[in-house]
Amino acid sequence: MTTTEMAQTTQATRELTFAEAINDALDIALGADPTVLLLGEDIADPPGGVVRLTHGLSTKYGSHRVRATPISEQAIAGAAVGAALGGLRPVAEIMLMDFITLVMDQLVNHAAKHRYMSGGTSHLPLTVHTRIGHRRGAQHSSSYEAWFMHVPGIKVCVPATAADAKGLLLSCIFDDDPCLFLEPTPMVRSRRRSEVPTGDYRVPIGRAAVPRAGSDVSVITYGQQTPAALDAAAMLADEGISAEVVDLRSLVPLDHQTVLTSVAKTRRAVVTHTAARFAGPGAEISAMIHEELFGQLERPVRRVATASTPVPFAPSLAQIHSPDASAIAESIREVMA
Amino acid sequence: MTTDDVDVGGLSASRLVEIYRTMLTVRLADERFMRGLSRGEFPGLYFPVHGMEAAAAGVIAALRPDDYYISTYRGLADVLAKGSSLPAVFGELLGRVTGMSRGKGGTMHLADPERGMMLTTGIVGSGTPIANGLGLAAQLLGNGRVTGVSFGDGATSIGALPEALNLAALWNLPVIFVCHNNLWGEHTPLAAYTRTARLAERATPFGIPGVTVDGTDVLEVYAAAARAADRARAGDGPTFLEVVAPRVLGHSFGDTGDYMDKAAVEQARANDPVPKFGEWLVAHGHLGRDELEAMRQQVTDEVEQALAVAVNSAGLPADELYTDVFAPGVDAPR
Repeated sequence: MTTTEMAQTTQATRELTFAEAINDALDIALGADPTVLLLGEDIADPPGGVVRLTHGLSTKYGSHRVRATPISEQAIAGAAVGAALGGLRPVAEIMLMDFITLVMDQLVNHAAKHRYMSGGTSHLPLTVHTRIGHRRGAQHSSSYEAWFMHVPGIKVCVPATAADAKGLLLSCIFDDDPCLFLEPTPMVRSRRRSEVPTGDYRVPIGRAAVPRAGSDVSVITYGQQTPAALDAAAMLADEGISAEVVDLRSLVPLDHQTVLTSVAKTRRAVVTHTAARFAGPGAEISAMIHEELFGQLERPVRRVATASTPVPFAPSLAQIHSPDASAIAESIREVMA
Repeated sequence: MTTDDVDVGGLSASRLVEIYRTMLTVRLADERFMRGLSRGEFPGLYFPVHGMEAAAAGVIAALRPDDYYISTYRGLADVLAKGSSLPAVFGELLGRVTGMSRGKGGTMHLADPERGMMLTTGIVGSGTPIANGLGLAAQLLGNGRVTGVSFGDGATSIGALPEALNLAALWNLPVIFVCHNNLWGEHTPLAAYTRTARLAERATPFGIPGVTVDGTDVLEVYAAAARAADRARAGDGPTFLEVVAPRVLGHSFGDTGDYMDKAAVEQARANDPVPKFGEWLVAHGHLGRDELEAMRQQVTDEVEQALAVAVNSAGLPADELYTDVFAPGVDAPR
């Protein structure tokens, strides 16, 4: 959250974990609007979700509104599309993004294209939330957000703080278009608490945050790499390098203006994410910066991202697969050289 | 016609005639559009519905106007039966601003939400899980609406259908799964892609009644659909309705169907559902022969006029390329 937004937020806050903030958002949505419906595997009590994101909600709102489903991703996503078509605001949980492969038809061919194909006569206010970056080997860990950046008609949000998790999820649920909300697993599993505004707090989709201002280099990132970028910026401050961190918060729509304003100021940029480097989100962002600011750049934009391999299980490889704060710092030093 | 034995469900003479008029409209619109394509009057993409008139009109006659329906790329019959206007349908088939989706959907995506025609999908079988969502919405909102979803026999081979059937049964959803069995999955005959003799049996393991009817007999189709709709509306859950109506043309316009067995096609043509029902109406005194002829002329004229409206309508202006990707006010990435 920018300082401006914080100043505008007059609401009270309380300390929540990232997972609790998501639960809070779902709770508020269910309480505020009887058309909000949750669907997903194991989401009802008990257990209230495999990582307890929906804990307590079926008890509070009924298992007709917080519906545990069979292990049947196509049926879940299809039901979300149909429910949205029928006047509800469904929120479907797909356990992990690797399983999004099973719902590509419903999300890509139906959810994303429906408003356009119907000439705007109907639309689908649905949200799909799923987790990325879960270090459990090749089929349970992937970050495929770039796929959806390439599909016109679906918004893509990736929060990096508990407050943004709540604010973006509520915005997704009450948005009139399909939204994909991605939860970085290390954040979902983290017990760290931070200040989260109470009540129906919304973070607008399509507006980046600048959690650290700087003058020498812009680090463009989102999700799990945001804290890593902030750590890298802190490390470099000791070396006299002033790094600005831009947390995109949503990839579609992409806040071009905040990115370009930052890079126009610093004239150097590093883009980092946990999605694979090759044809990853950084390719689009880097291209955009080069197209708009070519003459003003001191150095070409660098991309620091995970290796374009399946996610390895071996801890020794997993460690080098995904760039940490030191790797980001090293790239920043390179563009500063 | 065996409809003497069928309970016509208290359908009045005027409703019977109305159903026939729908079937005739579908037949004449289907023929006229293909004639236009053949003659080069307009370019286009089209999946014929010849032979499906009773299958579509019979099911949809059993539904209320506010009930939901989902169809497929071969959707002309369903869409007209659900009440969409001919000029809007032709406009959409030709990609003109007068189309029901301003031409942005096209042949395979005929949506008319005001009439409950929620979408038609170009992806085989994909409508079935979506129908569950509409059923779920109706169930939660308590609005008593039933959802019908039609799909071809070919869709019984794809995973979406069993996933959808299981969920519909589990949640007792007010959905009618309407399998339009035309005996062909694209260019492959039924016997070459499954050992299931009666496709309605696919529903049984999920705890859903599977009913098979003669899709050339509109009253038999209607009666079965009415029972399914009653069941759904009473909260007794989904029904799988297999409506057998043999395909007599190729898969799409331009496909000559030369791989199809000629004797079987001739047999199906001889059992044409449209004249069969017309003759039944005359024989039972619901319609005079002169009225039948007059109706044919009237519908022919309506089809001709509607097509002319569509052909003479403008295409979409360039500034609509980027509209409707997201809600108004949200710019699509460029």
